[in-house]
Order: sequence, then structure tokens, then C-alpha cells
Amino acid sequence: MSGTSAPATAHGPHHAGPYNPAKGRLGMWLFICTEVLLFGGLFLLYAVYRYRYAEAFHAASGLLDRLFGTANTIVLITSSLTVVLAIFEFERGKPTRARNYLLFTLLCGLAFLVIKSFEWGAKFEHGLYPNAPHLMSMGFGEILYFGLYFTMTGLHAIHVIVGMSVLFVAWRRIGKGTLMRTRPAFLENGGLFWHLVDVIWIFLFPLFYLIS
Amino acid sequence: MAETAAHAGAYGEGPYFNPETVKPGPAGWLTTTNHKRIGVMYLSLIATFFSVAVILGLLMRIELMYPGQQIMSAKVFNAMFTLHGVIQIFLVVIPGIPTIFGNFSLPTLIGANDMAFPKLNLFTFYLFVAGAALAIGSCFTGGGAPDTGWTFYVPFSLKTAVNVPLATFAVFVLGMSSILTGVNIVSTVHTLRAPGMDFGKMPLSVWGLYSTAWVQILATPIIGITMLLIVVERIFGIGVFDPTKGGDPLLYQHLFWIYSHPAVYIMILPAMGIMSDLFPVFSRKNIFGYKMIAFSSLAIASVGSLVWGHHMYVNGQSDTAGIIFSLLTFLVAVPSAIKVVNWLATMYKGSIRVEAPFLYALSFVWLFTIGGLTGMFLGGLSTDVPLHDTYFVVGHFHYIIFGGTGFGIFAALYYWFPKLTGRMYEKRFAIVAWLTTFVGFNVFYFPYFVMGWQGMPRRYFDFPAKFTELQVVSSIGSYIMVIGIAMIIGNLLRGAKKGEKAPDNPWQGATLDWSLPSPAPLENWDVPPTVTRGPYEFNHSEDDK
Repeated sequence: MSGTSAPATAHGPHHAGPYNPAKGRLGMWLFICTEVLLFGGLFLLYAVYRYRYAEAFHAASGLLDRLFGTANTIVLITSSLTVVLAIFEFERGKPTRARNYLLFTLLCGLAFLVIKSFEWGAKFEHGLYPNAPHLMSMGFGEILYFGLYFTMTGLHAIHVIVGMSVLFVAWRRIGKGTLMRTRPAFLENGGLFWHLVDVIWIFLFPLFYLIS
Repeated sequence: MAETAAHAGAYGEGPYFNPETVKPGPAGWLTTTNHKRIGVMYLSLIATFFSVAVILGLLMRIELMYPGQQIMSAKVFNAMFTLHGVIQIFLVVIPGIPTIFGNFSLPTLIGANDMAFPKLNLFTFYLFVAGAALAIGSCFTGGGAPDTGWTFYVPFSLKTAVNVPLATFAVFVLGMSSILTGVNIVSTVHTLRAPGMDFGKMPLSVWGLYSTAWVQILATPIIGITMLLIVVERIFGIGVFDPTKGGDPLLYQHLFWIYSHPAVYIMILPAMGIMSDLFPVFSRKNIFGYKMIAFSSLAIASVGSLVWGHHMYVNGQSDTAGIIFSLLTFLVAVPSAIKVVNWLATMYKGSIRVEAPFLYALSFVWLFTIGGLTGMFLGGLSTDVPLHDTYFVVGHFHYIIFGGTGFGIFAALYYWFPKLTGRMYEKRFAIVAWLTTFVGFNVFYFPYFVMGWQGMPRRYFDFPAKFTELQVVSSIGSYIMVIGIAMIIGNLLRGAKKGEKAPDNPWQGATLDWSLPSPAPLENWDVPPTVTRGPYEFNHSEDDK
């Protein structure tokens, strides 16, 4: 983002400028900044309340199932790898392989959501959800811990769904041949977004599951 | 500034608003990705919202003219000031300059043919429409209009029976729209400048929009998540802001002001940028201290992001935090003062032409200075204690936001009117309208400082009899001001329809936008113009006769 970005050299009369991959990438990175800040507000709340209710957060963390969390971490990190491989294969002219990797990524995303729903379901069964009588009988720290847990993993799950939709569109467009090898920006930016989803989870996982 | 010969006769197919240049009918507007058409769509929407909010304000001033109930109940009054604030802040002044002139003028100022992401631009516009529709819808559904004030402070906003969730969700959607506007502006400035236009040759209005865009990108997500949390809190009761569940209402205020104070700079910075373009043009002199003005925009954007705590001096934050926030607040005054002094120095020994846009620019300085200096009273830790939540605060921010940004938008409208419409408004009437608005404004808002100083709290439906005289004066001022605003709008509408044809460069500006014909064509340049000199070097301007 230096001030020396190349200015557009030739403007056609009916479009904004020639194809310039730097433009889309800059826009995507700016958007990713805003996503980080969106979650930043929640991480700030987490930091304050964990500082204030350190022991309760520790105790509440013990109520989460680390197996679910670890499985989901592995699933998401794997999917980040396969999305990179998809871009790599696409850019060296192997669209079928790219599509297969994308499909695998999508399946990972789906697996993540399924595991997450089992995990949430278990919490609901144990009465650990906002306003549940059982949770309300616990201390402030536990209430806030689970409030934040559901809000942050919920918002993250919405991002997983959005990321999957973008990658699904890329998968279809490669199949139809409307996404061209010379203009891979859509796929690249979709991949960037998927990495963002992955990175946020990598912060969420230790903060909720591994408090010691 | 540009080699006009390079693109003479090579414009698109006539004025941007001609129906035959694109798809005919409403579809030509509603599905357009053209930056000028999108800018004009924003302008018409925002002007409508502005008029509605002015009428709400007027109704409140009628209510407040005398003690006791005049025309509305206390509950209606609460809804009115909330609606007035939400509309003016979130639908008028925050989006105002970045969406209207960031779209209409920015590409023409840097020699580009459109924004970096034209389709995203149209999508952003519809996000704005959706957010506005939700905000208006929240007044008529689910228990009635929010009565919390535009700040939605918890715990009241969690408890009140009215439709807070929809209103806060509307703010979230409007925030997304604002973020995407910022992303588009930063990307445009970085990737679409004409050959030869380095950062040191950009018009200062572009610097203003560029700095603002960064604040939009970096601050808006915080209010996005804060407003979402209010929705989630109301629906699921997660407890993060609810003191009965261990949540801390003060944290809400932190998150709210982390955005909403920088938002004040989203409102004022682009207006300051436009002022920095107007002073050289109407003084026929290069800007005094180009680099310092450009730098001060960035300084305001960055330091201004760290002063949110000055809204919370009396709300229970620590003394240390108060002292640091107070210090930083006084620091922001420095780059603001740099701008004001540089504008005045630009006028010094200039060849000043008194035209309507310039009168608005001059009153901007006057009103902004009063607003800024009264801000110092509020930025001081001890003086803020009695002044907090009084009319003094209301006077202060109306001087900044209306006197600054509002007059800035008027100045910009009068300045780019020839490019917008190809015609000219009635110039003498424009000056009368300006004078009426300016006088009305001061009669209206100056008593607020006095009443606030004497302890009149803001947002109160009624007041003790001792304030009657000043309240009457203020109400009369508001009537004068509304007449002035009606004259401004009427003159512009009449000019757009029947005004005489405007020349291509009526103000002899040296920036690239004035090298285009009036009204602006649909497509700007076939061959991008080559920039060889600064934006305010009038002595080389071919048009400067």
C-alpha cells in the first residue's frame, strides 16, 4: 500500500481501467482489515472479562469439549492448505484438480459446521446457553464466558458459511469456464477470505478451549 | 493542469445525466455503475433525509420555545431527538461528502474514469438504501421509534420497550456501506491516479477524502460489532453489557465511542479538504502550506482515533485515563488549527473573489473556530464536569457538524453545481440565502452556549422559566435558519432546471475536474490526462483569463 502504486495506463471509454490484479487484492486486504477489527471488538470484551473473572473463565473452559475443538482446528487448517493447492493448480492450468481441491475445502467447511452443531447441541442439553436457568445459577464469569463463546463462535460460523458460498461460486465458475486463468482474482480473494476465517478460529480455539 | 488538447472532443456521449447515454428510464439510474450517477443518487436521497431531519429539528424548537407542553408529548419528544440524531448523523453527515462528492468528484479530481470497484459502488449504494429503510422502518414497527438518543446507551437501550434492535441493525448495515465506500476510495486513490499525479500533486480535497476513507475502514467495524451485540443482547440475552449478568455498561460506551469519535472526523475531514480547494481558487493564490494541510489530515485521522474517552469523563473511567484522553484531545486541536491558519494565510494578499461557494467557506472557518474553541472547554477535565450533557455540548457539536460539515456540503454543492447540472444558480439570491442561513444559525445556536453554561441539560422536554428568553431567541433563530435553508434548496433546484448555462470552468479552477465540460460527460477521458503541475498553480491555467 505504498504511494507508488502504478497508476492506470490506459482507460477504455466504457470501463474503469485495464485489468489490474493489484486493485482487487488491495481492496480485499482492506476488507480483511475491517473483518479483523470487527472481531477485535469481541476480543477486547473477552480480554476485559477474562481479566476480571479469570478463575470463572478457567472453570467454564473446562466445560467445553476439547476433542470437538481440536477436531475442528485440524479440519480448518487442512482446508486452508487445500484452498492454497486449489489456487496453485488453477494458476498452472489444471482446473479439474483445482475444482477437486475446492470441493474438498467445501467438505471441510461442512464438517466444521457439523461438528460445531454437535458441540452447540451438547451445550444446550447441559443448560449452558444464554438465559438458561442452569447457566443463570452460575456466577457472572460463567455467564459472560458462555455469552462470548456463543457470540464469537456464532459470528465465526457465519463467516465459515460466507466463505463456503464464495468458494462454491468459484467452483462453479471454474466448471463453467467463466473464471479465467489469466484473471484469477475472484478465486485468490476467496482464498484470502478463507484464510481469514481459519486464522480467526486459530485465535478462538486456545482462548476458549485451552485456558489454563 | 492537464493537456486539455489530448482529450478535446473525445468525451463520452454527452452529459452524464442524458437519458440517451445509457439505458433509458429509471433503470439507467438504478442499475448504473457510473460514479457520477451514483453520486447524484446519493445526493438526492441525502438531501431528502436532511430535509426531514431539519423539519424534526424545527418541530423540537417549536416545542422548546416556551416552558411546558406546546405541540408534542415528552415521549414523542424523545423519539424526535433520537430520530433527528440518527438521520442527521448516520444518513446525512457521515455518508454525505464521501458518498456524494467522493463519487461524483473524486475520479474527476485524480484523472480517473470511475471508482476502482464500480459494481461494488452500486452494491454499497443499495446497502445504504437498505440501512436507511431499516432505520425508518424501526420508527413504525415493533413498539415505536427508539427513544434512546442516537448513542443507544446501555442499559436503557436493553430495557426500553421500543424498537431498538431494528434501529441498531440499521446502523450496522449503514456501517457496512460506509466501510465499502472507504475501501473503494482508498483503492481508487492508490490505483487510478492519472499519470504524473503523485501524492504531492493531489488536490487537498482528495487528501481529505483519502484520510477519511481510512477512518471509515478502521473505525466503522467497531460500531458494527457493538450494534450487533445490542441486537444479540436483546434477542438472546448474552449478558456482555447487562450489569445484572456481570456485564459492564461502561465497556459499551468505550466500544461506541471508539467508533463514534473518529466518526466526527469522518464528518469534518472531507469538508476541510474541500475548503482547502476553495480557498486557493477564490483567492487566486496557491495554497499556503500544501504539505502541512495534507499531513494534518492524516494527523487528525490518526490522533483523532485515540480520543474517544473524552466523551466519558464523568462516566466512571479512571482519572489516569481521563488525563491521557484530555491531553490527546488538546493535541488534535493542533492539526485543526494548522488548517485554519493556512487557509487564512492563503487569503493573505490574494485576489479574493466573493462568490457563493467562498462565502460558505468563510463561514465554515468562523463557525468551525467557535465550535473548536468551545470543544476545548469540553476537552478540559474540570470544565467538562458541569458542562457535560448540557446545551453547551449541543451548541458545540452543531457548530462543528452543521457549521462545519453542513456549510461544507453547501459550499461544495455551490462549487460543483456547474459540473453537476451544467447550469448556474441565481448568484445574488445565493448570497442572500447564505446570509439568512448564517445569521439564523448563529441566533439559533449561540444561546445554547449560554444556556448550557447556566446548566440547561440537553434532551429535556421542558425547562425552568428562567431560560424562556434565550429559548425564544433560539427558536426565532431556528425559524430564520430554516427559511435560509429553504432558499438555498429552492435556488439550487431552480438553477438546475432554469439556470443559465454554466461555462466549463466558471471559477477558473486548476484541478482536473474543471478541464471537463459542464455538465460533466458520462465518461471522463478517453486518454488519461497527464499531470504536470500542482492543483493550485493558476498562473499556468489556460482558462485563467
